Amino acid sequence: MRDVAVVSFAASGVARETESNEIELIVPVLAEAMAQSGLQKSEIDFVCSGSLDYLFGGPFAFVAGVDAVGAVPPIRESHVEMDAAWALYEAWTYIQTGEIDTALIYGFSKSSIGDVQEILTLQTDPYNTLPLWPSATDMAALQARAYLEANDLDARVLAEIAARSQRNAMGNACAVRSGDVTIEQLLAAPKVADPLRESDVFVTSDGAAAIVLAADDVARRVCRRPAWIRGIEHRIEAHNLGLRDLTRSESTATAGAAAGALSGKVDIAELHAQFSHEILVLSDALGLDPIATSINPSGGPLAGNCLMAAGLSRIGEVAMRIFAGTADRGIAHATSGPCLQQNMVAVLEGEAHG
Amino acid sequence: MANSFIAEHSLEYPGGYQRSVGPVLGRFMTALREGKILAVKGVDGRKIVPPQEYDPVTSDAIGSKAEDFVEVGPAGRVVSWSWVNEPRIGKHPLSVPFAFALIRLDGADTTMLHAVDCGTPEGIATGTRVAPRWRTDRVGKITDIECFTVMADGEQPVLAPARTNLPGDDTEEGDVTGMNSQFRLDYRVPAGASTRRYLNGLGEGKIIGGRAPSSTEVYAASRGTDPKTGEPTSIEVEIADTGCVTTFCIVNIPGLSELAPEIPYVSAQILLDGADNMMFGLIRGCAVEDVHMGMRVKAKWADELAPSHNSILYYEPTGEPDAPYEHYKDNL
Repeated sequence: MRDVAVVSFAASGVARETESNEIELIVPVLAEAMAQSGLQKSEIDFVCSGSLDYLFGGPFAFVAGVDAVGAVPPIRESHVEMDAAWALYEAWTYIQTGEIDTALIYGFSKSSIGDVQEILTLQTDPYNTLPLWPSATDMAALQARAYLEANDLDARVLAEIAARSQRNAMGNACAVRSGDVTIEQLLAAPKVADPLRESDVFVTSDGAAAIVLAADDVARRVCRRPAWIRGIEHRIEAHNLGLRDLTRSESTATAGAAAGALSGKVDIAELHAQFSHEILVLSDALGLDPIATSINPSGGPLAGNCLMAAGLSRIGEVAMRIFAGTADRGIAHATSGPCLQQNMVAVLEGEAHG
Repeated sequence: MANSFIAEHSLEYPGGYQRSVGPVLGRFMTALREGKILAVKGVDGRKIVPPQEYDPVTSDAIGSKAEDFVEVGPAGRVVSWSWVNEPRIGKHPLSVPFAFALIRLDGADTTMLHAVDCGTPEGIATGTRVAPRWRTDRVGKITDIECFTVMADGEQPVLAPARTNLPGDDTEEGDVTGMNSQFRLDYRVPAGASTRRYLNGLGEGKIIGGRAPSSTEVYAASRGTDPKTGEPTSIEVEIADTGCVTTFCIVNIPGLSELAPEIPYVSAQILLDGADNMMFGLIRGCAVEDVHMGMRVKAKWADELAPSHNSILYYEPTGEPDAPYEHYKDNL
C-alpha cells in the first residue's frame, strides 16, 4: 500500500446562498484548498467530485463543477453521485494503483433551492417505500426510537448531544446553527418527528468542501504534518429498512474494524451524524469512548449539513486538527442512504512530533 | 418572474415512470389487489415482507415458485414508529397527522413500513397491535393498504372489503406486472450575481460578459468563472449585439418548445463581436437556405425590454460581407 495523506482542506457553508451559483460557490473553496496545498493546478493528477442532480434540479450537476476547476487543457476527471467522501475513496484507490500521486476532491450543493426531505426520499425503494413518501427525518425517527427503547434511554440524551453540537459549532465558520443552549431549552421545543425535535435534525447549508490528497514524498514535501490515511473502508447494508436491526450499525462496525479504527487511541472522531441519535449508534459501532475521544468538535452535520460535502468535511475536520497538531489520530465517518445504510470509516494519523 | 430573478423550476416526468415489477413483486402486488399480504421465504426459511428477489444474506434468487410465498398478517405489532405532524398532501398516505411505523406482521420475520392512523402520538406505542385498512379500489400497489389502524384488545382483523373497481365480466385482469411511479420536485432558483448582471444588461438592451484578470477572453453571459481556468470573471465587459454565425442547423421538427417559431427555422451559434464564446440564437429575416457560416447578424430586440433572454427575439442578417473563416475557426 502507498502512503496517502490529506494535505489540505477547505470548506464553506451558509444557510441560503442567493448571490452565487454552484460554480461560484465552488471556486473560492477550491482556491483555498489549492493554496493551502502549495501545489499548482498542473501538479494535480486527478480531479473527482461528489454532487447530486436532484439537489441541483437538473442533470449533470458535476459539469458545473468542471467549469469551476477549469478544464483547459483537458483534465483527468471523475464524479460520484454521492457524498464527496466517496469521491475521495475513488481518488485514494487511483493513487494506490501508482498511476497518479495527487488528487483534488470536492463536493458541493445548494440544497436551499429545493425540498431536501423529499429529494432524500427518492433514495428509497421505488416499489414499496417511495409510494408512502417517508422523509429522511421520518425514517431517522424510526431508528431513533428503536435505539432509545432498546437502550432504555429517553429524549434527554438526544438533547445533550444536540446542545453539545451547537456549543462545539460556535467556533466553526461553516456552521449555520450554533450557540450556547441548555438541554432544558431544547427539551422545551416541540417534537418535529416524535421522538426527534428540530434540534435533533440536521440543518442544511449551501456550500462546498475540498481536499487535496497526495502520496508519499509529495505529501511530505507540501505539508508540514500530513494527515496520513491509515485505513479507509466502506460497507453497505440492505435497502429495505425492515431487514435491518436499526438499533445498531453493522456496516459501520465492519468498516471501522477493517479500517483499523480500534487499533490505537482515538483523539477525535468526526461522525457524519445527521440526527442526534446517530452519534450514539455510530459511537457504539466504532467502540468510541466519549471521555477519551472528542466527538464532532466541529459541531458536525447537526450544525451545518452541506449535502454531498458533509462526509468529505468530516475527513477534512479530522485532517485539519492533525495538521495543527491538536490531534494525532482520528476517525472520520461518512454515510449515505436512509438510517445509516452505507458507511465509510477513515483512520487518519499524524506522524509523531520531532 | 420579470424582476424577481428567481426562476420557478419543476422536475417532473409527465405521466411518471412506468416500472416493470418483475415476478416476485408482481405476486406480492397481485395479492394486495386481492386484499392479502404475501411474504417470500428466504433461504433459511425466514419470511420476508415486502418480498424481494434475493436472499438478503446469501444473495440466492428466491421466490421463483408459488410455494415460496406464504400469506402473513394481516395484523401485526409496531416495532418502532415516528410521528408526522404535517402530512405532505398528495404524497403521504394520509392527510391527517399519523405515525409511520415498522410493523412486524403476524407470521413474518421482517418488518414492513407503513402508515398508522391513530389520531395522536399517544394512540400508538411500540408493541401496539395494528391491522390494515384496505382501499376498495385496489390496483396492486402498496397503497392498496390505505394505512394500518390500532386494534382493541382481543379484536380480530377483518377481511379486506370487496373491490369496487373490478373489471367487467369478460375482461381478463391478469397478474400485476407494472406500476406507475410519479413524482414532481419544485425548485426556486435565484439567479445569483453573475447571471443577474447579464439579465439586467438585457433589460437595458446590452449584452454583458465577463473576463478574468489573467485572460483576454471575454465570456458573454458568464456564469462567474473563466471555464478554462476556473478563475472568477471579475471584470465586466459590454459586448456588441452584432456578430457572425459559426455553425447552425435548419430545424424541421415542429413543437420543440412553446417559443419555437413555425418550421423550418434556423438555430445558430453566434460569435458576438467582442466575445470569445458563442451564444445560441434563432436566425430570421432571410430564407433558411440563405443562412451560412460566417454570415454577419445583429440582434433583434423586443419592443419592451426586460431582464430576460426573451429581450432578444432573434438575430437577422446585416448584409455586411461575411466574416472570414479565420475569425471563427476556433469557435466551432
